[in-house]
Amino acid sequence: MRYGMLIDYGLCTGCKSCEVSCRKEKGLTLEEWGILVEQIGPKRLAGEWEWDFVPVPSRLCDLCEERRAEGKKAACELHCLAQVIEILPLEDLGRRMAELDHGKVSCFLPR
Amino acid sequence: MQIPEGEYRVGTDDDYYVRTNVWSAPGCHGAACGAILHVKDGKLVDIEGDESNPITNGRLCIKCLGIPEYQYHPDRILYPMKRDPKDRGKNTWERITWDEAYDLIEENYYKVREKSGTNNAVLTLGGTGREATMFYPVISFADFRSANVAAPISGDSCYGPRCMIASYMFGTGYPEVDSGMFFNKKYDDPRFERSEYMIIWGSNPLVSNPAGYFGHQIIDMMKMGTKIIVVDPQITWLGSRAEYVLQLRPGTDAALALGMLNVIINEDLYDHDFVEKWCYGFDELSERVSEYPVERVEEITQVPAELIRKAARAYATADGTGRNCSIFMGVAMEMQVDCVSDIQAVLSLIAICGNLDVPGGNVVGPRASFTGAWRYEQIKWVSEEDKKGRIGEEREPIERNALSNVQSDAILPELELPDDERTVRMIWFNSCNALVCMPAEPQRWIEACKKMDFNVVQDLFLTPTAMALCDLFLPVATFPEHDGIVQIHYGRHTPYLGAEVKALDYGETKSDLQVTFELGKRLNPEAWAQFETIEDFMDDQIAPTGLTFDELRHEGILSFDGWNYKKYETGEMRADGQVGFDTITGMVELYSMHFEQWCGEPLPKHEPSPFSEEANPEMAAKYPIILTTGGRKWTQFHSEWHQVESMRQIDPWPVLTINPETAAEYGLSEKDWAEVYNDTGKARLKVHVSTVIKPGMVHATHGWWFPEQDGEAPNYFGAFKSNINTLLPNDSIGRMYKGAPYKSNLCNIRRVRSLDED
Repeated sequence: MRYGMLIDYGLCTGCKSCEVSCRKEKGLTLEEWGILVEQIGPKRLAGEWEWDFVPVPSRLCDLCEERRAEGKKAACELHCLAQVIEILPLEDLGRRMAELDHGKVSCFLPR
Repeated sequence: MQIPEGEYRVGTDDDYYVRTNVWSAPGCHGAACGAILHVKDGKLVDIEGDESNPITNGRLCIKCLGIPEYQYHPDRILYPMKRDPKDRGKNTWERITWDEAYDLIEENYYKVREKSGTNNAVLTLGGTGREATMFYPVISFADFRSANVAAPISGDSCYGPRCMIASYMFGTGYPEVDSGMFFNKKYDDPRFERSEYMIIWGSNPLVSNPAGYFGHQIIDMMKMGTKIIVVDPQITWLGSRAEYVLQLRPGTDAALALGMLNVIINEDLYDHDFVEKWCYGFDELSERVSEYPVERVEEITQVPAELIRKAARAYATADGTGRNCSIFMGVAMEMQVDCVSDIQAVLSLIAICGNLDVPGGNVVGPRASFTGAWRYEQIKWVSEEDKKGRIGEEREPIERNALSNVQSDAILPELELPDDERTVRMIWFNSCNALVCMPAEPQRWIEACKKMDFNVVQDLFLTPTAMALCDLFLPVATFPEHDGIVQIHYGRHTPYLGAEVKALDYGETKSDLQVTFELGKRLNPEAWAQFETIEDFMDDQIAPTGLTFDELRHEGILSFDGWNYKKYETGEMRADGQVGFDTITGMVELYSMHFEQWCGEPLPKHEPSPFSEEANPEMAAKYPIILTTGGRKWTQFHSEWHQVESMRQIDPWPVLTINPETAAEYGLSEKDWAEVYNDTGKARLKVHVSTVIKPGMVHATHGWWFPEQDGEAPNYFGAFKSNINTLLPNDSIGRMYKGAPYKSNLCNIRRVRSLDED
C-alpha cells in the first residue's frame, strides 16, 4: 500500500521538532535534513497577518518505513508539538484533507 | 517505543528503556513531558516521546530531543571542583571529591557565620524554572538556617507576584487556564469544556512552556474551536491566528485591563450573580474603572478604542455561546512597574465575568501543596532574630506575609557595603547564572559578589558566574541522571504529579534534592532526622496521595481526578470547610484591604514606567526608543544551551527586532550588528528587521554569553557583550516592591561593525 504525509501546516507553530527528531532518527549531519521547516511571512496580506511555517520533507524522507514496520509512528509525526503531521494511506489523504478544512494542508508522497 | 502500563523500565542490564516525566536539568518549568530514554552500555543513546503521557502524548520539543547532545557535551562539568578565591576569573579549577567539597562548605560556613555573628552571613540565590526552585529555599532555611534567600530578579518580577496576588484576591494558588489537566481523561472527560476565547496576555506560551503548562495544549484547544485574543506589543505566531490582537505599548497592561473592565461594567456584561454572591469591593472597582474610559486607554496603550471594546465584549459574553473564557497570563505582566495593578485588574476580569473555577475558565487549587508548601515551611529553622535581621527587612511586612524570599532589589546595596558593615559574606548560586540572567545591573553585581569570602555554584557548565565569582563548583545531574517528583506549578496549582525516573549515572553529578539533603545532614541533622534516604523524603512528600515514590514511578503520571469546578460552592476552597473563598472576607477581594495597608492602594491603577516619555521626558529625549526584552526562543532556556551546536545553528546570536521604519532611520539593515545603550549600560545584538514590532521600539533577546570565547577575566565568555540587563537600573520597581521595567525601558541604538569592533 502506498502512504503519504499530510501536513496541516495552517497550525504548524515552527517548533522544529520534526527537523531535529528526523535528523536524530536518520543519523543525519547538521548540514543534512529529512524535513525542513520553511517560513513565509510574517507579512500583511490583504489587511491580515500571513505567517506560515511549512514543513517540507526532502528526498531522504521515506516516511520512517522502518519505524512504521515496528508499529511506531514516524519520528516527526510522534514529536510534532502541534500534532499536524499524519502518515496515511494514499486513498485516505483526500478525505482527511477535506475533514481538516483549514485551507492550509499539504501532502508529500515519497517515490 | 512503548513501556507497558505499570512498568517504568524494560530491557536487559546493558540495553534498556526507561519511562520518565521531564523537569530538569537543563532548565525547564516542569510540565512532566513524557519521555522514553534508551540506555545502551551505560550511555544515553536516544530519547523519544512517550505516547502514554496524557498531557504530551508523545510530543517533545527540540530541547528534550537534544538532551543526549547536552548531556555528553565535552564542556559539561562532571566532578566537584575548587579554586583558590585569589584565582577568581582564572581557569585554575582543581577536581576534588564530594567529601572534600562538603568539608570546604562547612569550614567556610562556620567562618563567615562567626565573622558576621549570624547565619544570615550566607545568601542563597536561586535560578528560575529548574527543580532547584523547590530546594534553594530549603538550603537556606533548613541547612544554613539563614533567612537570606532570593531569586535575584529585580522587582521579584517572575511568577511570584501572580501567585501572591491570587493568594490575596482569591485565597487560592495559581489561576491557570482550564486544559482538563486534573482529569485522567483530560479533554475527553465530560466535565471539561473548552474556552470559547482564550486571552494570551503577555506571553508566548508555545515557545516558552511557562510554569507548569505544556504550551501546545493551546493548539489542542484551538483545534477544538477555542478562539484566541492576544495582548502583546509584538505580533506573535498566535497573534497571526487570533481573532483580536491588542498590540499595546509596553508597560501599559494595567490601563488596558482597566479599560476592558470599564467596557464590561458600563455595558453591563458582567456576571451579576457571581459578583453579588462572591465579590467584595465591586462598587469601589466600578468607581476606579470609570477613570479609564476606552478613549483615554487608547491614548495610553495605543490600542484602538473599538478593538478594546470588541475584545472585552468577546471575553465577557463568549459570543453568547454559553461557554466560558480564560486568560493565560505571562511574565510580561510582572516585568513592568504596573505589576501589582495589571495582575489585580486581570484577576478582576476573570472574577467579575464569572470565569473563575468554571469549565473553560481559569481554574484554581490550593495556595501551596507538596514540596511547594513544605519548602517555605522550613523557615521554622531560622531564629526570630535572624528573620528580623534579613536583607531588606524594612520592606516588610509585604515579603514576610506574601513571599518568603527577601526583596531582590535590597540585596545589591547590602552586598556593596564595606566589609565591616556587611552581614553577607558567602553566596550560594543554585542553578543561577546571575551575571547573565535575572538581576538588573549585573555590572554592579559582579563587583559586589567579588567581595564575598566564599562563593559556591551548582550548575552543569562553567558559566560566566562560576568563572568570575565562585570558589567551589558542584555538578548538577540532568533529568536522566536522577529521580524526582515533577510538581506542576511548583505546588501552587498541581492538578497532576509526574515521576522523574533516573535512567543512569554519569560522572559524579548530584540532583538538587540530594545536595540539599546531604548538606543538611551535616549542618542541621535535626531537620533531616526522619529521612534515611532521599527516597524516604520523596515518599513523605507525596504521602497525601497514598502512593510511595516507587509506586508513582510505576504509575508515571498521577492526575487528581477528584478536583471539582466551583469549589467555592462546595467548601473545598477553605481550610474550615465553609463555602466561599479563603480570604478575610470569604469573597474574591476586588478591593484589597491588605494592599491598602501595605501601600495605600487597594485597587488597580496605571502608573507609567519610570523610563517613559510621561515619567521622564528628559530621558526620553536622550533615549527615544522603547526597549523591551526577554522574548523566548525554542532553542534556549534563559542563559542555557548556547554551547550546544544543534541549537546554536538555529539561533546563533542575540537578536534585536526592529521595525523597518525605525531601522531605516538608524541606518540599520538585516543582520547588521547594533549597540543598544542608555546611561546605565549597553549590549550588542544582531538586527532583525520585521513589521511584527511597531516603529519606535525594539525587542532584545536576553541571557546571552558565548561559551566558545575566552572564559577568563576580563572577558568571562563575553558575558557583558550582549547583556541586555545592564541597561536596567536596580530598584526601579513598582508598588509593594513588585515589578521592574524589563519590558518597558528606554534606549538609543547605533550601528557597529561587529560584537567587538565599533
